[in-house]
Amino acid sequence: MKLGLLGQKSLLWALRTAFFPWAITSSAARADAGAPNGITNIFKPLSTPAEAIYEVSVLVLTICAGIFLIVGGLLAYTIIRFRRRPDDDGREPPQVYGSNQLELAWTVIPILIVFVLILVTARTIADVQNAARPAGALDVTVVGHQWWWEIRYPELGIVTANELHVPVSDPTKRRPTFLKLESADVAHSFWVPQLAGKTDAIPNRDNQMWIEPKQPGTYLGNCAEYCGTQHARMLLRVIVHPPGDFEKWVAAQQDPPVDDPQVQAGRNVFFSTPCVNCHAINGTKAEGTFGPDLTHLMSRATLGSGAAPNTPEKLRVWLRDPQLLKEGCLMPNMQLADTELDHIVAYLLTLK
Amino acid sequence: MASQDLALSPAAETSLPLTARLHALVVTVDHKQLGLMYIGTALLFLVVSGGMAAVIRLQLAVPNNTLVSPQVFNRLFTMHGTAMVFLVGMPLIAGLMNYLVPLMIGARDMAFPRLNAFGYWMFLFGGLLLYFSYLAAPGLAGHGSAPDVGWFAYAPLTGRAFSRGHSTDYWILSLLVSSGGSIVSAINVITTIASLRCKGMTLMRMPLFVWMMLVVSGMIILALPPLSAAQIMLLLDRFLGARFFDTQAGGSAVLWQHFFWIFGHPEVYILMIPGFACASEIIPVFSRKPIFGYPAMVAATVMIGSISMGVWAHHMFAVGMTAMGNTFFAISTLLIAVPTGIKLFNWLATMYGGQIRFELPMLFCLGFLFQFLLAGLTGVMLGVAPFDWQLTDSYFVVAHFHYVLVGSFLFTIFAAIYYWYPKASGRMLNTKLGLWHFWLFALGFHLTFDPQHLAGILGMPRRIYTYDAGRGWEIYNLISSLGVIFQAGGILCLVINLLWSLRHGEPAGDDPWDAWTLEWSTTSPPPAYNFETLPEVRSRRPLWDLKHPEDPDWKYE
Repeated sequence: MKLGLLGQKSLLWALRTAFFPWAITSSAARADAGAPNGITNIFKPLSTPAEAIYEVSVLVLTICAGIFLIVGGLLAYTIIRFRRRPDDDGREPPQVYGSNQLELAWTVIPILIVFVLILVTARTIADVQNAARPAGALDVTVVGHQWWWEIRYPELGIVTANELHVPVSDPTKRRPTFLKLESADVAHSFWVPQLAGKTDAIPNRDNQMWIEPKQPGTYLGNCAEYCGTQHARMLLRVIVHPPGDFEKWVAAQQDPPVDDPQVQAGRNVFFSTPCVNCHAINGTKAEGTFGPDLTHLMSRATLGSGAAPNTPEKLRVWLRDPQLLKEGCLMPNMQLADTELDHIVAYLLTLK
Repeated sequence: MASQDLALSPAAETSLPLTARLHALVVTVDHKQLGLMYIGTALLFLVVSGGMAAVIRLQLAVPNNTLVSPQVFNRLFTMHGTAMVFLVGMPLIAGLMNYLVPLMIGARDMAFPRLNAFGYWMFLFGGLLLYFSYLAAPGLAGHGSAPDVGWFAYAPLTGRAFSRGHSTDYWILSLLVSSGGSIVSAINVITTIASLRCKGMTLMRMPLFVWMMLVVSGMIILALPPLSAAQIMLLLDRFLGARFFDTQAGGSAVLWQHFFWIFGHPEVYILMIPGFACASEIIPVFSRKPIFGYPAMVAATVMIGSISMGVWAHHMFAVGMTAMGNTFFAISTLLIAVPTGIKLFNWLATMYGGQIRFELPMLFCLGFLFQFLLAGLTGVMLGVAPFDWQLTDSYFVVAHFHYVLVGSFLFTIFAAIYYWYPKASGRMLNTKLGLWHFWLFALGFHLTFDPQHLAGILGMPRRIYTYDAGRGWEIYNLISSLGVIFQAGGILCLVINLLWSLRHGEPAGDDPWDAWTLEWSTTSPPPAYNFETLPEVRSRRPLWDLKHPEDPDWKYE
């Protein structure tokens, strides 16, 4: 069942202009690579599934606004028109018990409206959930942890955290990204409003979703399912690379970690403390999987899944006591001495 | 028995020493006394758990606030949600049912008076157990204090691996106890309505209030046991190593969500239909017309009750159901709009052509009508599954259900308090204080919850203890928090009014509103036996028939 209404771009454009003038500028909103645009507005979609949701949302909002104006107007009219006036003679008004015709009318009309809503809903659900997968699609596995995101590229051999890097999709050469969502502990939910609706990451269950960003930039999101103490600081970033740029990022991530002899002292601290139990660095004996992979730690913009910017100063604070930046997080205070801190920060700074 | 007999006469009661009066409260099996105890206790819990909401709003007023720690914040929203549903909403409706159903059907008491008392004490001790967790839960294991898993307690966050100590056990046990109370009181209401109606009161002559409470009681019996069953399964997981929800041993986290929402969604209607029930009594009286389309109202209530049993997974559109599953639950959810719309239009038609008196009960009902219209429409938006993928678990949902539970349910409860307080106490509530209550609370409500729709649209998720500046959420959160001051002021006016009017209010007389149902035919407050002689009715508005012998209802029904 196809509803012509939605397909008509011009009508949609008119609705947009009428109800969401501020949404028109969305295509002009440009983000510099790296700096997030700070927009998490669901009415500024920049990706195919988010746009499909946006289109049905505008239609539903329009219908609901119409109903609100009509019924609310009737209510207001009735209340004002039939208020008791000082000159009422005290006699009771005519006692009316009902009207079959009227009641039938306000049963049938809502049924018709609901029917329309059901059709557009079913169509959009099918469009988003049963979308065909183009040949150039990228596969990424996202694993929710308390309270960070593990991001794996199984075909590219990359493991990173909290920042999902994907290529921009071009109408002529579509490159959507298909996400497999898993959880290592409790239920989480992947939500980057400009790119798609939410899909939960639930342990012992594989969920799928997809995004198809149409503009390079950095998009923000959150974990959207309550997952414990630091649910609020389980932020997400999706970095959409312009054509060609994504391949450069992949190549850089696939490089082995640098082995700078100047930071040997820091490396010794790292490998002689329990850091290695939880963190991995490619090609070393650090193979822990409980915490984020640190192979290219300094290529990431934030620490603690958005708890703080990833600067040398904050990194030092984080290593001194992670609880200072993210109270309740599962990384313990390692009780490092000041000199150890200096060494280990120097070492981690080389993991570019 | 002696002290109980004494307690039944209000004049004698005040002259008794305090201990005797407390003893009378403990041993009472009178439905009116228990009803008032339910409502009074619920209002106490309302103030406590509203205070918790105030701290939540204070914490969120500005970005990166450090007023409370994340752990404290998570306990606050868990306790706020749990208490508001189980210790405020449920006892408020239990209290209204208890007090009014026997009076409205011309009975002397509930069918099982002792069971009735048992239900109240179950609720009270369940509630105390929940709050006791603040003191007791850390004592044994050193982990946690009050529950912090959300009122929905999604698995596996509630498992032993992620919720150490006993806070989750307190959540489970306190709700098991208070749900038990709700179930027995629902059984009692159904039995009472089935067997104790006065002569002439056929089912289709019952006040709509009674009809709706009958449907609600049926829903309680169907919806609460799945929650209790799931909670017992969770206890087995936590103490006996069962694996129902333990995902690391092959259990299912989604199974808990199904169980919870099979209870949780009907629960929304279990709370809201009593609100409809109050509005369906009050709107006709203050419009001076009978309810428009009584049979359609009954049918719509039964339809809402039935359909609401099949919509639960609309809380789970994001868990990764199939397209078919999502479509099914979107359809059932949207269908509920039809009977709900019928009700709204019938209230509208009741007012149309009437002489609307803007007394306090009616003012709250009018606020309810507008707010419920908006709550219903945002509900339709959430029912459209793709829209819900964006809106679910955002502040838009918070705004939506507070429009339902505060803007609609609580407003009708306030209307009911102003309407029936004269019957229960024999005195009118003060109008001036009541007007302050209405306007302060309505203003506070809109300041707090209107901006939350926008915060949700701008991508603000629920249940976060803080947020960074720069996403456009700051102003909406600030306004939202400011609204709390006005809401608190409104509630303060209500509390003062309730206490002050008890002694100083104008005497109400039997029938201050010139109303039509049986409770107004007896004294205010009614005697222990309710009616000197059991009434006999010939129509839905027995007192109208008495007052208008020339034009009685039974000629037309």
